[in-house]
Amino acid sequence: MSPTTGPAADGAATVEARRPRPPRAPAARSVPRRPRRHGVGRQNLAGWLFSTPFLVLFGLFMLFPIVATLLMSFTDFGARNVTRPLEAEFVGLDNYVKLFEDDKFLTALSNTAYFVVVGVPLTILLGLLVALLLNNGIDRARTFFRVGFYAPVVTTIVAAAVVWRFVLDPADGLVAGVASALGVTAPDFLGSETWAMPSLIAMAVWRNLGTVMVLFIAGLQAVPAEVREAARLDGASPWQELRRITVPLLRPTMLYATVITTIGYLNVFEEPFVMTQGGPSDSTLTVSLDMYREGFNFFHMGYASAMAYVLFVVIMGITVLQLRLLKDNTR
Amino acid sequence: MSAHRAPARPAPRRHGGSRLRGPLLYLVASLGLLVMAAPFLWMALSAFKTKKDLTASPPVWIPSEWTLSNFDALLDQLDMSRYFLNSLIVAGLVTICNLLFCSMLGYALAKLNFAGRSKVFALVLAALMVPGNLMILPLYVLMNRLGLIDTYAGLVLPFAAGAFGVFLMRQFMQSVPDELLEAARIDGASEWFIFWRIVMPLVKPALATLTIFTFLSSWNNFIWPLIATNDPDKYTLPVALATFANDPNRTVGGGNGMLMAGSLLVVLPVLVVFVALQRHFTQGIATAGMK
Repeated sequence: MSPTTGPAADGAATVEARRPRPPRAPAARSVPRRPRRHGVGRQNLAGWLFSTPFLVLFGLFMLFPIVATLLMSFTDFGARNVTRPLEAEFVGLDNYVKLFEDDKFLTALSNTAYFVVVGVPLTILLGLLVALLLNNGIDRARTFFRVGFYAPVVTTIVAAAVVWRFVLDPADGLVAGVASALGVTAPDFLGSETWAMPSLIAMAVWRNLGTVMVLFIAGLQAVPAEVREAARLDGASPWQELRRITVPLLRPTMLYATVITTIGYLNVFEEPFVMTQGGPSDSTLTVSLDMYREGFNFFHMGYASAMAYVLFVVIMGITVLQLRLLKDNTR
Repeated sequence: MSAHRAPARPAPRRHGGSRLRGPLLYLVASLGLLVMAAPFLWMALSAFKTKKDLTASPPVWIPSEWTLSNFDALLDQLDMSRYFLNSLIVAGLVTICNLLFCSMLGYALAKLNFAGRSKVFALVLAALMVPGNLMILPLYVLMNRLGLIDTYAGLVLPFAAGAFGVFLMRQFMQSVPDELLEAARIDGASEWFIFWRIVMPLVKPALATLTIFTFLSSWNNFIWPLIATNDPDKYTLPVALATFANDPNRTVGGGNGMLMAGSLLVVLPVLVVFVALQRHFTQGIATAGMK
């Protein structure tokens, strides 16, 4: 589904092809075959033993909760059910119907859409620009620049959000101070319904640019030098080279970067939680934040579970759509 | 990453301004870097500012008088060493578990020919894509029933074996030559011996990458520790910082200076680790993302 599966699945296939598969059909079993390897049975047992810790943890803390969320979304699971989960009443599709009549949820959906539609292209574009800049223009101190642009990615979001809140503070903040020194009045970024969301997007772009940059740099280094050389010798301008050679060859990278950035942005939570608490007047309330509040502040856990699944379906839908749209159509 | 591109070949450059182009690109890159670094610089410098400097207009970058009073006030109000320790314990345990469990499954997927292997691998790939939102509600109920809310186990277990780690280790372990393992098998070595004594030492770079990624993502993790702790004694650093930042009574103590001091304490270890080990990051991303 994600591009990660592509190369990985290929890898699995080649490994599979190289080795004798354990015989399946009885016909195959009757063929006398000297096992080249010591004990296929031993490998079977060992394989499962080595898989056990992961599978147990996965089953308990991932598979079970995923199924439970789905079941809960069809019940009125509430605060009292936290201690008595089995007493939740089945309510059919009520939660889902209610969701689409809930103005708050619809606001959260459209805010999240705003965040993604503006944030993702900005992140991809700036990430690509920085990657091109660092890959083609910068030879000395390249690592220094790379580390600098990547540093926000590894910093704790909560701390970064606290810092950004201060940077954007209308009274003592950096931006307001610089603006007033220039004789302009900066808006109260996080206190204004118009500016709060763009501020969160700016912070998200700042934080996630590095990931996209690293992906593009890896992609750029995979572009064969001969191809660019040939284009240059044929008299292609740098712009033509970029537009006709580099960007098309970066398509798989672009697809991967877009998909993971979109998934990340659709789940946005920490930024509004710390910087605006969803305000002012719900203008930065995202689906994840709404879900967190319904689930853990009001303990409407059945209702929140329905939100989680709606968000998941949206994520899957958009991912599939992106894979379709951005896939290389020339093949 | 090791493949160095030949810097600016002497090939015919038809497109002019190349003498100006170099310095100009450095200027642009430096300006970009400055914008990226500005929030960090602002944080680090503000943490040492007096109240007067913090509220000065126009803003002051360099404190006119350096002070540790923000840190004193912060440590006075918040038990930072406790939160630091909690974060360290949780991230440490998560990392150890991942190193062991992800490597085990990675080895099985890369080198053991067992029935159902492709199904297990498909499961790992599917797990890579599931967002946390889909699990946290019942996970809270489950942890509550198990009595694991406000315990380290409750914070560690859901992250003890990540799909990303399995994927990473599998990719690396595939490059270990089969002949080596065959030879050991013929000599009668157990699979555990082969895994632990032969394969693990050969994939140390991957283990380093996995250590850094897991440790940092656990250190930075927010939503689950926020949900799984009620007792402030079990808060991790991000939870403590966010709770403090959103506390309406906070301003009594001195506001932004303290928050910057707190953020600095949370971010500094991360940045130090990152800068010291940055090589492994690019490797990890390139392996997991591109291949």
